[in-house]
Amino acid sequence: MSVATAAGSVSVGIGGLTVRLLCADARFLRLVRNRYAGFTGDWAHADCEFTVDVTTPRLASAESDDLRVEFDAGRWVITRGDFRAEFDSFTRRGRIRQALNPYAIDSILRIVHTLVLAESGEGFLLHSASAVRGGRAFCFAGVSGAGKTTITRLAPPDVTLLTDEISYVRRQSGTYWAFGTPFAGELGVPGDNVKAPLAAVYLLSHAPANRIEPVAPAEAAEALLRNILFFAADHGLVGRVFSAACDAAEAVPVRRLAFVPDARVWELMS
Amino acid sequence: MSRNAYVSVSPDVAARMIGGEMMVMSVRDSTLFVLNGTAAVLWESFDGTAPLAQIVSRRICAEYDIGEDEAIRDAEALVAQLASRGLLVISESPSAGEVGTNSWRP
Repeated sequence: MSVATAAGSVSVGIGGLTVRLLCADARFLRLVRNRYAGFTGDWAHADCEFTVDVTTPRLASAESDDLRVEFDAGRWVITRGDFRAEFDSFTRRGRIRQALNPYAIDSILRIVHTLVLAESGEGFLLHSASAVRGGRAFCFAGVSGAGKTTITRLAPPDVTLLTDEISYVRRQSGTYWAFGTPFAGELGVPGDNVKAPLAAVYLLSHAPANRIEPVAPAEAAEALLRNILFFAADHGLVGRVFSAACDAAEAVPVRRLAFVPDARVWELMS
Repeated sequence: MSRNAYVSVSPDVAARMIGGEMMVMSVRDSTLFVLNGTAAVLWESFDGTAPLAQIVSRRICAEYDIGEDEAIRDAEALVAQLASRGLLVISESPSAGEVGTNSWRP
């Protein structure tokens, strides 16, 4: 993740993909800089660009609160009560109309990344915590309450947190990498701006003793599919997400991690 | 459904053989099935060019220790279940190969 600023613009980079936001409202630029601070962007090489119009909350809230992600005449149209975003999938330029709140741009960024990753077939956002230890990245997937935030809170000092909520997994040159993201869960702390080769994905559950069990490849792919974030009802892209999950399940070890909620669980990742 | 029906894979399906099991997903509603053993063998044979009874005879009865009547019944039940979810297409005539790719690829 990276942020670089210029007059009337701010660039946000996550997972090696940079989104440039152009806006005349200094409050919005300040909001984005603060929310995604601590990362360095590449201003000259933005992968996507949006012009942002900041609207009043009253006008925005007149729309439906349901999230809709639809493809229409070459453009993605993403709408929710507090924003509307249009995005040309070919030029990768678009327009955002949103209220002045951080949740709107956070959601838009997540969705844009899921679309770009799905189109490339090279990765996905995974509902999981992730962290780096000893130069290797580990994802910890599970439903709410399975222990994603708990396991990040228990991490010893030599562990680098990538996220406690939404992991960024991308294949580059045949290797799967996990990237740090600013998308925080209960921990409320963004991940660090680092990446590392993905060594394993653990499916979390609580248990009276720590243990790791193997997961069959088809079950692994099914588990990844359950935890991949994807919002668009687009048949072609759903097929690509399916393929991306199967590819990852064949390349990255997926295991079941039943753990006692104390620091000893990290001994299994040393 | 007739045992002489022709069965092909819906174009709205993504499928992949992984770890000896066939992962099958509807791209319309993301419903996921995992087929193993003879179900996976049958799925790979559903190209719409041969009647179900012939597929069962050649791919199941000839290779597994199972009687033809029982195998046909099981195959018909599988096809009916997957067709009801839109994953398979049943026809009374061969498809001439225009439908029925066995796996969706981007």
